[in-house]
Amino acid sequence: MSSAISISNLQKTYANGHQALRGVDLEVQERDFFALLGPNGAGKSTIIGIISTLVRPSAGNVAVYGRDVATHVYETKLEFGVVPQEVNFNPFEKVADIVMTQAGYYGLPRGLARERTEKYLRKLGLWDKRDVRSRTLSGGMKRRLMIARALIHEPRLLILDEPTAGVDIELRRSMWEFLQEINNNGTTIILTTHYLEEAEHLCRNIAIIDQGRIIENCSMKSLLNKLDSQTLVCDLRHEMSSEDFARHALPGFRFVDSHTLEVDLGRDHDVNEVFALLNQADIHVKGMRSKSNRLEQLFLSRLKNSTV
Amino acid sequence: MLNSHKYIAFETILIKEVRRFMRIWVQTLVPPAITIGLYFLIFGNLIGNRIGSMSGFSYMDFIVPGLIMMAVIQNAYANVVSSFFSQKFQRSIEELLVSPVPNYIILAGFVAGGVVRGLAVGVIVVLMSFVFTDLTIHHWGITIFVVLMTAVVFSLAGFLNALFANSFDDISIIPTFVLTPLIYLGGVFYSVDLLPESGRMVSAVNPLFYMVNTFRYGILGASDANIYTSLLMLVVFVFVLGAACLMLLRRGTGLRH
Repeated sequence: MSSAISISNLQKTYANGHQALRGVDLEVQERDFFALLGPNGAGKSTIIGIISTLVRPSAGNVAVYGRDVATHVYETKLEFGVVPQEVNFNPFEKVADIVMTQAGYYGLPRGLARERTEKYLRKLGLWDKRDVRSRTLSGGMKRRLMIARALIHEPRLLILDEPTAGVDIELRRSMWEFLQEINNNGTTIILTTHYLEEAEHLCRNIAIIDQGRIIENCSMKSLLNKLDSQTLVCDLRHEMSSEDFARHALPGFRFVDSHTLEVDLGRDHDVNEVFALLNQADIHVKGMRSKSNRLEQLFLSRLKNSTV
Repeated sequence: MLNSHKYIAFETILIKEVRRFMRIWVQTLVPPAITIGLYFLIFGNLIGNRIGSMSGFSYMDFIVPGLIMMAVIQNAYANVVSSFFSQKFQRSIEELLVSPVPNYIILAGFVAGGVVRGLAVGVIVVLMSFVFTDLTIHHWGITIFVVLMTAVVFSLAGFLNALFANSFDDISIIPTFVLTPLIYLGGVFYSVDLLPESGRMVSAVNPLFYMVNTFRYGILGASDANIYTSLLMLVVFVFVLGAACLMLLRRGTGLRH
């Protein structure tokens, strides 16, 4: 399988002296669903800006499907679509006009442009809004409009910079389904997001960037396997006092309140062991959940290590 | 990018530009019509009757070409500078910058938009002038060439202004402090024969003086400026400004970080 994106020694220092990227090397395979995570100001949007030619690199190269974006400007631009972090369409234009105009920029004949506009606006639930001015759309609709616009020339690579920011849960789920569908149909997707659950749910491979450097780059599975421990929260069926809890002397458990206990589960231990201890103490648990998102724990620990 | 794709991209930008100024016609087409109408009424009709003839023509006939040019210049410039800067400000220009449209097509699209608006307002002024005078064209070729090239020159100038502009103040400084004085001092309302020697020397370095007078030659057959110098100047301006815009686009000035 060939590379959709190949980035080598990418550096960017802005005019104000801020060093946004300090030598980034990254490879994204064709058909991958790739997450690029990092805190605010880590350099994610700068990487996307350089790929899309809105930002000029200070050093290094970016190749899209084997072609350098700096020397093969027109060929590479046909290969990708970008959904930026901030809404960047004319608020006074109609929804369908925005998508049709983008089709024109890619040289699509009017008939085909109309056909594709209808196809993507329908897929993203915006067909009924095609004749309204874009400023009247809700935040979630604006995000979906930017996705439709980015897909109009049916690129092989779709780059999404925090596409679900400010989108409600229901809409977010439907966007996930849509992105999974186009990924299954062969489109490579690179996603930056603040919702780590989103990255864990959608992406096969991941890179974590901090202070302009890649500090982790591996598959999602291998990253999650690195998790040393996770905290499980047990919701108790019957009320329990702190004295009762102390009497049971459950190893690894913590008393949170009269209806909640927490337990740290190491990588080498099974959940069965937790249940065995609870059964032994005749404590009934009506539900159990992970205290925080697993990826979130890893993300924070990697950032902590990187800062140290 | 295939030539057919480039043509579609050019057409798309042009349609978008025309749609924009037609959508806000109350702001783009009506105000110049009212302003120029008042010039015709007050300067041409009321005061002009007392002024008598200018360069052998009635004052109304004398100012008509200048007022048409003034409308074309101001509107071609305003269309490009406001449209391109607004797109920069809203960041919708990124739609275009991430697409494979070559820089010269981007420039051609915006300039064509400016030319269409300039000429549209020019046509409105011509139609209004029929209320006050019988307009006959002395030299069709020169008239069309000059009005077209002038619209291109000022569309390019507007594009240049928009590239450098960082705020809405930046797009009003040049029209207010440079363009308007140059137009008014470019012989729209008077013949340079009325000026003292020093005034004529100042007019000689004002490019608007040549454009207005050559256009007046096309319509009336009389000009204070040398026609061939003016035509050459227009061609040089188009090439110089066009090259400057393309160079800045290639560098990404005001657009790419």
